[in-house]
Formats: sequence, C-alpha cells, structure tokens
Amino acid sequence: MTWFLTNAWLIPLLPALSFAVILLFGKKLPRQGSEVGVAAVAISFLLAIGAGIAWIGLSPTGPDGIRQVPENNLFTWFHFGANSTSFGIHIDGLSVMLLFVVTFIALMVHVYSLEYLRGDRRYTYFFAALSLFTASMLVMVTAANSLQLLLGWEGMGVCSFMLIGHWWEDKPNSDAALKAFFTTRTGDIGLLIGITMTFFLAGQTFNITAINNAALSGKMNHTLLLLAALAFTAAVVGKSAQFPLHTWLPDAMAGPTPVSALIHAATMVVAGVYLISRFYGVFSQAFHIFTIGHSGFNLIAIIGAVTIVIAAVLAFVQHDIKKVLAYSTVSQLGYMVMALGVGAWQAAIFHLFTHAFFKADLFLGAGSVSHSGSHHSFDMKKDMGGLRKAMPITFATFIIGSLALAGLFPLAGFWSKDEILANAGHNGYAIFMVVGIIGAMMTAGYMTRCVWLTFFGEYRGHGHPQESPKLITVPLCILSFMAIVAGWLNGFGLHDFGSWTANPVVDAAMKLGHATEAKFSLPTALISTVAVLVAIGFAWAYYEYHAFGFLHGLTDRSHAAKASYTFIWEKYYLDTLWTDIVVGSIKKPIAAAFYWVDQKVINGAVDGAGIGARLTGEFVYRYIDQDVIDKAINETGIGAEEGGSVLRRLQTGRVQQYAAAFFGIGVVIIGIGLLALTHSF
Amino acid sequence: MQLNEFLFLAAFLFCTGVYGVLARKNSVLVLMSVELILNAVNINLIAFGAFDHTIAGQVFALFVIAVAAAEVGVGLAIVLLIYRNRHSIDLDKVDVMKG
Repeated sequence: MTWFLTNAWLIPLLPALSFAVILLFGKKLPRQGSEVGVAAVAISFLLAIGAGIAWIGLSPTGPDGIRQVPENNLFTWFHFGANSTSFGIHIDGLSVMLLFVVTFIALMVHVYSLEYLRGDRRYTYFFAALSLFTASMLVMVTAANSLQLLLGWEGMGVCSFMLIGHWWEDKPNSDAALKAFFTTRTGDIGLLIGITMTFFLAGQTFNITAINNAALSGKMNHTLLLLAALAFTAAVVGKSAQFPLHTWLPDAMAGPTPVSALIHAATMVVAGVYLISRFYGVFSQAFHIFTIGHSGFNLIAIIGAVTIVIAAVLAFVQHDIKKVLAYSTVSQLGYMVMALGVGAWQAAIFHLFTHAFFKADLFLGAGSVSHSGSHHSFDMKKDMGGLRKAMPITFATFIIGSLALAGLFPLAGFWSKDEILANAGHNGYAIFMVVGIIGAMMTAGYMTRCVWLTFFGEYRGHGHPQESPKLITVPLCILSFMAIVAGWLNGFGLHDFGSWTANPVVDAAMKLGHATEAKFSLPTALISTVAVLVAIGFAWAYYEYHAFGFLHGLTDRSHAAKASYTFIWEKYYLDTLWTDIVVGSIKKPIAAAFYWVDQKVINGAVDGAGIGARLTGEFVYRYIDQDVIDKAINETGIGAEEGGSVLRRLQTGRVQQYAAAFFGIGVVIIGIGLLALTHSF
Repeated sequence: MQLNEFLFLAAFLFCTGVYGVLARKNSVLVLMSVELILNAVNINLIAFGAFDHTIAGQVFALFVIAVAAAEVGVGLAIVLLIYRNRHSIDLDKVDVMKG
C-alpha cells in the first residue's frame, strides 16, 4: 500500500498532463477535451484515496503516535554554489488530507461542469484551465520546499485569473479577474519576501521541514523571524481573502459557478490557511502563539477575528446569492486563520476539511438554482423565491449545506467549529472564542436569510423553474452527504482525523509552549448551538412571519440606520479605499509625473532626436550624398569614359605594334636593371 | 674560343629575330623569327653551360627546343585557321582587336 505514498507525485502529474493534452488536442476530441480532464482528475482522486488508505494504515513511527514517511526527492531541481534544491514530494497527514479534498472537490466540479457549461463558447479552454488549476493546487500541497509551494501558489493565481475572466467579453468579468489577480499579487510579494528570508534564516535551505525545525530550535533572530512571518501573513491576507484585502473574493464570483465552488470556496482560497499550517513552526514561534499569558492577542488571530465579523455583516445585505456565499467563505476563512492564530492547528485544518464539502455543496447548489431555476440570474430578490417545490433535490442539499455551515449538530460544521471554539478557550484566547460564537450566530442568520429568499416565499422570477439534470444533482447529493459525515471523523468522541493529521512540527511547537489539545467541551458546544438556533429562529421569524415589525423599514425611518446600511452596502468603502484612494493616490501623482516626464523630457528628447536626425539627413543628402559621393561616382565614370576614348587609339589591333611596345618596354626595364646592377652596387 | 664570340652570335640572331617579329608581314616568317630568338637563347644557355662545366645549360636548351616545337605547332595551326577564314596570312589585315 505504501506504493501510493511513494508515488504520490502521480497525483499532481496527471492533471498537468491532462492540461497539455486538452490544450493541444482538446478541440479535436469527441467531447472537446472534457473527457480527458474528468478522467485525469478521476484517476488522481483514486490515487489520492489510495494514498489516504495507505496513510491511515501506516503504523505510527514518530513520537506521540505521529505517522511519518521520508520525503521523496524526485530529482535535483537546480544547483547554486554548494547548494542544491530537490523537487520533492512531502507526504504527511496534512498533505494527504488536502490531496483527498482537492481531488474530490475537483472531480465533483468537473462532472458538474459537464452539464453547467454545456455549449459554452470556451468549453475546451475551461477544462484545460480547470486541469491546470488542479495540478497547481496538488503541487502546492505536496511541496517539499518553499519554491515548489510558490510554483503551485502562483499557478493557482494564474488559473484563478483565467477562470474568473472566463467570460471576458463582459467588462465587469475581466475587471474582476484583474482585481483578483492584482489583489492577491499584492500579498504574494510578501510570500516572496518570506521565502527569501526563511531561506537565509534557516541556513540556506528551501526545505520546509528544515525551516520549521530551524524556527523551533530557537536559534533564529526573533525580530527577523517575526518579519518573515509578517511577510507570509501578507501573502495569507491576499490569497485567503482576509481583511483588509478580502475585496477581490466577492468580485471573483463573476466567474462560472463551478469555478467559484472549486477555486473560490473549497480549495484555492484555503492556500493561505495551508501556508500558515505548513509553516507553523515559523508562525508559532514568531507570534508566540502557544505562550499563554505572554499575550492574549496576536496578529493572525486578530486578522481572522476581524474578517469573521466584517464579512458576516456584509453577507446580510447582498442580493446576489453567490455574493452571500462569497462573504460567507471570507468569514469562514477568517475562522480558520483565527484558529491558527489561537493555536488550534488541528481544528483549523479540520474546519478547512469540512468547509470544503459544505461550501462546495452550497456553491454548486446556487449554480443549480441559476442553471435551472432563475434563468441564469443570481439575484435572490428579483429572480428567486419559492423554489423548494420546483427543485426538491437542490433545496434539500442546500439546506444540508446551510445547516452544516451554520454549525448545527450533528453536521460537519458543528464539529469543526466547536473544536476551534474549544481550543481558543483552552489556549487562553477568550475574546476570540466570543468572536467565534458571534460569528457563528451571524452565519446562521445570513444563511437563513439566503435560504428563505431563495427557496421560500413566492417565486419572483420569469422562467419555468425545474430540477437540474443528474450531472448536477448527483455531485450535489454526494457533497451534501460529505457535509453531513465529514465532521464525524473527529466527532462523537472520536479522534481519527486528529491522529491521522498529527504533525511533528505542531507537536514540537505545542510542547515548547506547554500547550495541549482541548477535549470536546460540552458547555461550549451547547452555548454555540443555542446561539445558532436563536439566530436561525430570529432570522426565520423576521422573514417568514414579519416579526420584529419595528425593524422592517427601519432604514427608511432612521437616518442612522440608513447611514449604517449604506456603509455596509458600500462594503465599508474598502473598494473605494483601495481603488480610489490607495491606487488613485499612488497612481495619480506618479502618473502625472510620468506624463510630464513623458511629454517634456522623453518626447522632447525623441522629438529633438527626430528633428536632429532630419536636419542631419538633409545636410548629408545635399552636401555629402549629392556633392561628394554622387559627384565622385559620376566623375569616375566620366573620367573613365574620356580616358577610354584617348586610350582606344592605342588599341590599333596590330599585333606587331603591341610586340614592339613590349620589346621596347622590356629593353628599357632591363637596361635600367643593368645600369642599376653595374653602377649602384 | 672566347665566350664573347658565342654571345655576339646569339645577340645577332636575337636581333634578327626581333626585327623579323616586328617588321615582317607574313605570319609564317614571324613564327620563324620567333624560332631565331629562341635559338639565340639556346646558344647562350649552351655556351654558359659549357664555360661553366655544367650540363644544366644543355638540359635547359633541350627543354626550350621541346617547348619551341610545341609553340610552332600551335602557331602554325593558328596561321592555318587564319588563312582559311581570311584567305591571307598578312598580319596587317588581322586587326579585329582594334578598339
């Protein structure tokens, strides 16, 4: 069985090959390349399952029951100096788990896309990009060194750009693609800086395990380590859409819905979470995460907590179902980042695991609604409502996804969310536990609103809603099944997920901080469940029974309410801050300065050069070309002609005259030679 | 016998040959005059060789005779062709090379 672990490099390789095949031959294939993409991802998925089973079957060899396999160095990537960097596959619980999640969601999305994008103008291209994305993500999660991680990271960024702008003919779509790309690039600068810094801090190595061990050894300069961790944090904020760079993710919903499900909900956006969890030695040491009492705060926990709340608030005012889900994703990513910040490593990646299933389920459900229920619209207020009768399967799966997201017992979200809250409290981060509970309430509230607007009330659209075809509903059913059971791996007192993903780096970091893993905490679970139920009940009463009448139409009566609604509707003016104020203030003076330089200096120089060249040219033409060169050539011709007419008289044609001339000249030359010989020597 | 006597003879023959080449109109006589020039050279070569007690002069003379024979062969062929085309071997009339 360990064959699956030693040959895990096949898992990223297959989608990469599929990308090349689709790109080169896709259009000629009977199903325009989609079959290649689906087949490659399906085989990768089977291999990932094999790797998962092999991993679980592995007997723990490390300390504290941690499973370990040696790093598989495939080949030497490059040398520089005395240093050589290998292209390697790092297999541990985290990467095996992500291999499974990524290939699973990718397979579901591939199948779903067969129907959802049927007849699309760039069908082949779509599957090629989807394959490349899958390959990049798989490269990233198996990366043994930080450069491989960067390779996968940036590859995903490119695919995200291509897929958000899939329908680039519409300006908003290409704008959204550019916004996503540039915003994440802003953070990626941090990733480059972080990789460079850790390379030198860890003694000239890109190997992630070595970097973590060096950070945990405590021999690093703490200030430099903190700077490296801050640089990484910038990358996380960009890629995982954390406050204040989260603004790209809601706009990224301009892409096709399967893309939103795969890239902007389940997999790519968790890259930042993965980055922190992969470099946990660096982060935990830099931010003193486990040193309880030293500080109840640290930067990543704060970023996560702020993101949870502000994104959840925004989710309340959206009309677009996908934007609700997008803000929900931002909020849930905030949960994961906050969990990592408060030392709940296990809980964070467990939440990553469960979130992938129910959020993909919700996105694909929203796609199903727009595909068959609302005439390709995502506007809940205008084109949806009352769809539960027409689309029973979509409705059921969406409800399951929503309840899992809200964190109701016994669905997946309950177990992972509760683990985060319990660990936050256990590690001494009480404030963040409170924030987490508030976030859970808000999540329940906005999901109730979303479900009510979409599936209850009267149908407000103009189409003929019907259930989606099997290619859409089957992935939905599978995903909603996972949304129920995925949490049971670490629920009901089990600790399977925990022992499978036990990580030596995290273990060492926790030992350094004398921290322990929190047990399932019944009071926390009860409090959060009650809070969630209250939120659902409140929202339900508000929408279904028009309860709390004083709240309805509040924005029309109260200026303060109106102002705060506008503030939220305008997304806290963060977009304005970024595009108009930050980018504008950078752009305008610099642009003006460059314009001035352009007009005055460069154009002047260019014009001057042009005029100078013209004048020189005229001078050269008139005086040198015409007078000197042409004249010389003409004169040569004339001279030759005149010389010829003189000389032709000598050309009598009489052989004997020539002979006489030869003879005479010969006599003269020999005579001179003789005289010279006899007299001068 | 003095070397001078041979050299004078050779010089006389040479001058006769040059005169013939430059002054005669008849192509055949011009060719014969060329032979005179070559033979003047031969006399010089043999005389110098004999007075130097070396065989090299005679060897060179034999070479010159062989080359002269070939030259006369080519020359006579040219003259023959000129005669066929122009029914004359007068060199003054062969002036198509006039510029």
